[in-house]
Amino acid sequence: MMSMITTISTWIIPFIILIVLIAGTIKKVPTYETFVEGGKEGIQMAISLLPFLLGMIVAISIFRASGAMEGLVALISPVLQIMGIPSDIVPLAAVRPISGTAALAVTTDLIKEFGPDSFIGKLASTMQGSTDTTLYILTVYFGAVGIKKMGDALKVGLLADLIGIIASITICTYFFGF
Amino acid sequence: MVNLIWVFLAVSGIVYAMFNGTMDDVNEAIFESADEAVMLSIGLISVLVFWIGMMRIAEEAGLLRGLANLFKPIFKRLFPEVPPDHPAMGYILSNFSANLFGLGNAATPMGIKAMNEMKKLNNDSKAASRSMITFLALNTSSVTLIPTTVIAIRMQYGSVSPTEIVGTTILATSISTIGAICIDRFFYYRRIRRNQ
Repeated sequence: MMSMITTISTWIIPFIILIVLIAGTIKKVPTYETFVEGGKEGIQMAISLLPFLLGMIVAISIFRASGAMEGLVALISPVLQIMGIPSDIVPLAAVRPISGTAALAVTTDLIKEFGPDSFIGKLASTMQGSTDTTLYILTVYFGAVGIKKMGDALKVGLLADLIGIIASITICTYFFGF
Repeated sequence: MVNLIWVFLAVSGIVYAMFNGTMDDVNEAIFESADEAVMLSIGLISVLVFWIGMMRIAEEAGLLRGLANLFKPIFKRLFPEVPPDHPAMGYILSNFSANLFGLGNAATPMGIKAMNEMKKLNNDSKAASRSMITFLALNTSSVTLIPTTVIAIRMQYGSVSPTEIVGTTILATSISTIGAICIDRFFYYRRIRRNQ
């Protein structure tokens, strides 16, 4: 099972490239020149993204370094515990939508602390894999194309995270038990 | 909204540090994270240049249109404002497929291209369109078949069965994605009611 998954994930990218290049050649696309043209666009995107990412990352790291994030977690812990969320997993649930690197750090820490095959370890793994960092996605996608008014996007993203967290806990409790 | 969150994160952090005695850490974090953000953006250049270059070839060769045709029935309903044979649909689908296989760094460039095309469809407005919000809802709940990073961490810490969480992850991510789509629809119809 594991070796199959590793094989698939190492083969898939070269395979996509192979298909694209062969299809391009058959359809008589000037492949190399088209690639370069597209690449130029990529540089512009990365540069225009920089201020959006920098602004958001600095604000998040101030929030983290000051200890305010821990404070927030301590503050909402009781509420989340009433909802049946195990207290050890609370920091991960709180951090997941805000910062991808912080969430990954918390997940790694939990797996190290409780062991990968413990209930908390499996729950943390499921939670980490089942949603993405809403704030990062919003910053990158809206930032890169210059969308100023986000509409309901943030609310939708955060509520979806909440559903993901609750779903992870319910499913893991059902399949792995305590 | 994002302005408020941004200010809240920074201001509450600085005020908290005043009472918590962590001003030193905050000071250090400001410059370290700014550095980190620049490194991250530069790191993105390689991925963006490579995948957007590749995708441009795929687009010219008609592969994106083919992919779009394949999943047309589902995605036509999800994105009613995107014409099925528009390049935006192709990019939305490539982004979705890349996420599905856990290729996060290939998914981002395609996602940005999809947003670009959807902005064109929205007369270059600076406000998010309905399709963009649906697209972001799909992405934040991230449908993944193989959570590669998590499996790698579990292996590193000597798990007996690193892939044991694949099933639960797929189940949880499917539920959160379906939830995201429902919430997205709910807010859309609420917007319409308010505008009447």
